[in-house]
Amino acid sequence: MWYLCVFFHRLLDYRRPEVEALADLFAAFEDCPLEWKLPQNYHFDSPFHFVNLPSEDVARNVAHRSILIKGIYELWGEGSSFEELEEAIKTYPVDRKLPYLVSESTFKINFDSFGKGFSSEEKNDRIHRLSFIPFEGRVSLRDPENIFWLMEADDYGSNNGLPPITEKRIFFGREIGCADRKLLPTYQLKSRTYLGPTAMDAEMAFLMANQAQAKSGKLVYDPFVGTGSILVAAAHYGAMTMGADIDIRVVRDGHGPDCNVWSNFKQYGLPMPISLLRADNNLPPWRAGLKEIFDAIICDPPYGVRAGGRKSGGRKLLKGVVDPYTVPDNLRTGHIPSTASYSLVECVHDLLDLAARMLVMDGRLVYFYPKVRDDDSIISKFPEHPCFKLVAVSEQILSSRYSRVLLTMIKIRPYTEDIAEEARIKHLEFKINHLKWLEDGNLHSAVFNPVNQGDDTYVKDPKKKYRGKYV
Amino acid sequence: MRLLTHNMLSSNIKGVTNGFPLALEVTKLVTKPVDFNPDFLKNMLLKVEWKALVEASRAMGYAELPEQTEPSMVESEEFLRKFHHALLELHLEEGSLVCPQTGRKFPVCKGIPNMLLHEDEV
Repeated sequence: MWYLCVFFHRLLDYRRPEVEALADLFAAFEDCPLEWKLPQNYHFDSPFHFVNLPSEDVARNVAHRSILIKGIYELWGEGSSFEELEEAIKTYPVDRKLPYLVSESTFKINFDSFGKGFSSEEKNDRIHRLSFIPFEGRVSLRDPENIFWLMEADDYGSNNGLPPITEKRIFFGREIGCADRKLLPTYQLKSRTYLGPTAMDAEMAFLMANQAQAKSGKLVYDPFVGTGSILVAAAHYGAMTMGADIDIRVVRDGHGPDCNVWSNFKQYGLPMPISLLRADNNLPPWRAGLKEIFDAIICDPPYGVRAGGRKSGGRKLLKGVVDPYTVPDNLRTGHIPSTASYSLVECVHDLLDLAARMLVMDGRLVYFYPKVRDDDSIISKFPEHPCFKLVAVSEQILSSRYSRVLLTMIKIRPYTEDIAEEARIKHLEFKINHLKWLEDGNLHSAVFNPVNQGDDTYVKDPKKKYRGKYV
Repeated sequence: MRLLTHNMLSSNIKGVTNGFPLALEVTKLVTKPVDFNPDFLKNMLLKVEWKALVEASRAMGYAELPEQTEPSMVESEEFLRKFHHALLELHLEEGSLVCPQTGRKFPVCKGIPNMLLHEDEV
């Protein structure tokens, strides 16, 4: 059945993929993609979308679990004028309307608009015009059984940064469910006791956990766990969590007994991670033969803009300038081994190889990948792997120079000997040409170097892209 | 560190071919209750190296696990409870993991094993 799905005007690229991931979680779509429609002449970035979901229960579950759905509605009517809307509501099948109009029920009507504000008189006036609907129930503003919404979107001129709406449209429908955004103030970073410089924003962490379809009984792994900000969201949805990080300060020490990674989980009454490890993503300590154990891998790899990646082995050692430093036996305990920087290309290669091996079939790999915005050549060129299918790409614009893209990949083929061998050869190549890869993958300069003003090739904001509020 | 983690780790020092299972040296042991989830356990039973888990749980002072598993055991809640306890509730808080081939100790500190290699082991 088709439902009207109205989104919050935020993180525009993340909205449809979230619904798709959740619909798959609650209704297990086989290979057929979810069907979408837009109201006539509406821009893709407008909040109004129609989605075809198998049942009202699925729609309710999707809405309740989502972060970006303002509401999913059973549409009773729509029109470009009030008269058209009235006609549409009157012709909507009586047997669909009647159960929600009976005298034992309680109800409430809300008014909402997009792109334009209305005074409370205007709102009341519009709601009163619905009096032709034979409501027999009692109005309850505090705790109604049925909530109806009248929503209006009008041409507001296109100078306010919102996607253009060419035609006035009024919608009327019954609410099926909406996002529980109370989660966000509870989990917001400023209430978190232990934070790192790149802790994941709570809203984004929940979106990532939704993409990963985290739920009870599933095992979720983050190889760059840091302060655990992504795993907190996965744990909220009941998943078992595991994390690893190379940095001793982050995983173990924290700032005292009540301010460390563990306390971030305790603070919200969430189950502790199954395990935290200090380990190197470049040389993971998994036993031979261990495979297909994680249901999802979620992470924000270090790509060298805010924080750079590290791997085992000293800088000079990898250059071949010095022989391996032999740690004296009396200093072995407590020795902190030196690390070298870890290029993005190598890091993502290791991540894909790890995921290909350790994810169960149909398991999900969800991670951020950086994108330089004024470079057309690398558009839509994301990492590929024979075991994976890319199912969702959501861009979040961070500055005029670069953005980060959340990629969701599903494991569709088992990890074979051939793939393992290929990965091993690639691993060696990275080790031998360590410096070359570091230079190639240097995103920091692309993002932070001053722009050459005389350079004609640099055009500010080359592609018009609408952005949600505050993002 | 729970024994599930122990069951997944091996020593990856350069040249070591036989780094699993790591021996346990227990300095401080704690038991932390975890919610019982039979589906998760049934799934994990297919993935763990049983012999390594039995030995590790003995090193942690828990000798209730049978030597071998049979497919019918997943139906027994009693068995799943024991498996649950060994796999998820026993924690090595302080101690070390010892590489079976070289004897190198990987310290476990505040429940977090440090699997990083020194410069001459990479």
